[in-house]
Amino acid sequence: MVKLKKLSEPTPETLGPLVMSEMTSERPTTSLAAPVVGTDRSSLSADEMRNLRQKVSAQGVDFFYGSNQALHNVSLDMPENLVTALIGPSGCGKSTFLRCLNRMNDMIDDTIVRGDILLDGVDIYKSRTDVVELRKRVGMVFQKSNPFPKSIYDNIAYGPRVAGVKQRGVLDEIVEKCLEQAALWDEVKDRLNDSALQLSGGQQQRLCIARALATFPDVLLMDEPASALDPKSTARIEDLIFELKNSYTIVIVTHNMQQAARVSDQTAFFYEGSLIEVGATTELFTRPTQQQTEEYITGRFG
Amino acid sequence: MSNSSPPVYRNSLAEHSNGRPLAKFASNAFAVACATCTIVCMATLVVLLWKIFQFGWGRVNLDFITSFPSSTAENAGIKSSLVGSLYLIGLTALFSVPLGVGTAIYLEEYCKPSRWRTFAQTNIANLAGVPSIVYGILGLGLFVRAMSLNRSLLAGALTLTLVILPIVILASQEALRAVPKTIRQASYALGATRWQTVWGQLLPASLPGILTGVILALSRALGEAAPLLAIGAATYTAFLPQDIVHDDFSVLPLQIYNWTDQPQEAFHQAAAAAIVVLLTVLICMNALAVFLRYRFSKRIQW
Ligand SMILES: Nc1ncnc2c1ncn2[C@@H]1O[C@H](COP(=O)(O)OP(=O)(O)O)[C@@H](O)[C@H]1O
Ligand SMILES: [Mg+2]
Repeated sequence: MVKLKKLSEPTPETLGPLVMSEMTSERPTTSLAAPVVGTDRSSLSADEMRNLRQKVSAQGVDFFYGSNQALHNVSLDMPENLVTALIGPSGCGKSTFLRCLNRMNDMIDDTIVRGDILLDGVDIYKSRTDVVELRKRVGMVFQKSNPFPKSIYDNIAYGPRVAGVKQRGVLDEIVEKCLEQAALWDEVKDRLNDSALQLSGGQQQRLCIARALATFPDVLLMDEPASALDPKSTARIEDLIFELKNSYTIVIVTHNMQQAARVSDQTAFFYEGSLIEVGATTELFTRPTQQQTEEYITGRFG
Repeated sequence: MSNSSPPVYRNSLAEHSNGRPLAKFASNAFAVACATCTIVCMATLVVLLWKIFQFGWGRVNLDFITSFPSSTAENAGIKSSLVGSLYLIGLTALFSVPLGVGTAIYLEEYCKPSRWRTFAQTNIANLAGVPSIVYGILGLGLFVRAMSLNRSLLAGALTLTLVILPIVILASQEALRAVPKTIRQASYALGATRWQTVWGQLLPASLPGILTGVILALSRALGEAAPLLAIGAATYTAFLPQDIVHDDFSVLPLQIYNWTDQPQEAFHQAAAAAIVVLLTVLICMNALAVFLRYRFSKRIQW
């Protein structure tokens, strides 16, 4: 069987571009108007996306919590270096689907997955998959920021350390690069040894993103990463997603449709465990083909 | 509140409860009853301590601590039993901490919910309630006779390990359970193995709780006399144990027991003095527990 790629040594390429982003947020972030699709990005059509390299591909995925089926035959392709947003009313299985992609559901007892999930063409549910290796390649950011009760430095260095990186110099470099990528370096560079729990909520969440970047993943899963944050912090996270998408394939769950419209290239609408519709974000929000999708995005239910 | 007349809004909460004088009386009576219980307990303790200190304090001095027991009460000291107690506690800690914490980690982090786990868990909870003399008899059969350890420090420490092991396990489990699930998730999502998560995140985070439990359990072991009597430990020795597998040993509670058994009043005074020393050691250990808890939990706040 194909063994998943080993963690490569950090090189400038794998570390991705540096992001020294000062806030560039003149965009309205809290508007309650109909979703405005961001224009500062290439808008690809669904057909164009189909022809891209599919980084992650779910094929006929069913998921069960015990006898309760949470996903019904979900098939979804996530193209490389694009942002895929998962939307839908709460309880429709978005988080469940996201957790299938890095096998975090394995941690929950008594669950069953059926169907195939391919990462770079390799089925991650094959019995010989190294889950630890998989999770290094598919990073995850949680809804509630969950920094370790350790220093800022140790939070970032934890991933590389468990992967076997020991040299202080290399760790220092990774910490700096990842914090820069997460647009947090300038705020914390003078207090790397302070507890991460002293940071503000928004900073903590960016720290969690930086921490996820430190294992050099290809794919970044984000489960409502901004839902607990104030609008300004939310805007910063969205800016960050914009920057990161050049080097990562991002899958983001959000219940905020403006956010989906702003940050994503492709949007998938889930309802009661089924994937109802998927398409280029621009098209899905302007010309939904399914009635349920239309009702949801116009706010008639959910 | 009556529902026939229009509602009358009162502006003070105190007035509000006037409507239910009985409830208020019951509430006050209960508070008084609880306070009485507390006062009775405190008063008993204070009187007890007062009498012991009054009687024994004059006898506590350096000579008392550095002399061996003697047949003349005026020359008798606690050197051998104090040293015996400290050795015994040290050895007990050496055995019970790795065993207890290891068991707790296994049950909390490795063992899936199963009949086996329920069985183990129920047994541990029950074992915590078994009178210590029973462990003494077990120790007599197993360590002293079957393993031919005689009445040595090793046999005593192993017996006391049996006594406090359930407490150490339960306290450690409690401490591990108090670490938020999100910390485990974050660690696994970064590609950490179970072992790395336990060692790198869970143990550091639960250390204050584990240490507190261990110290309190060891304080209990320090005061135990019954199981040591059962294995036939000496009630006094006139030498320091040189060897943990051959030499007889004594401990403070047994020395106190021995002295209170003598007819002469002077020996009773020596016993009171030994109790003062024992209490001092106990208070020091408890203070250490409080200090450690404070030190570590300042660093770790969820
Ligand atoms: N750990 C779990 N155990 C059992 N059922 C769960 C668990 N997590 C989610 N579910 C169920 O799966 C369904 C989908 O939940 P979820 O994926 O969290 O939805 P969403 O993220 O879209 O709000 C819900 O019905 C929920 O009750
Ligand atoms: Mg969710």
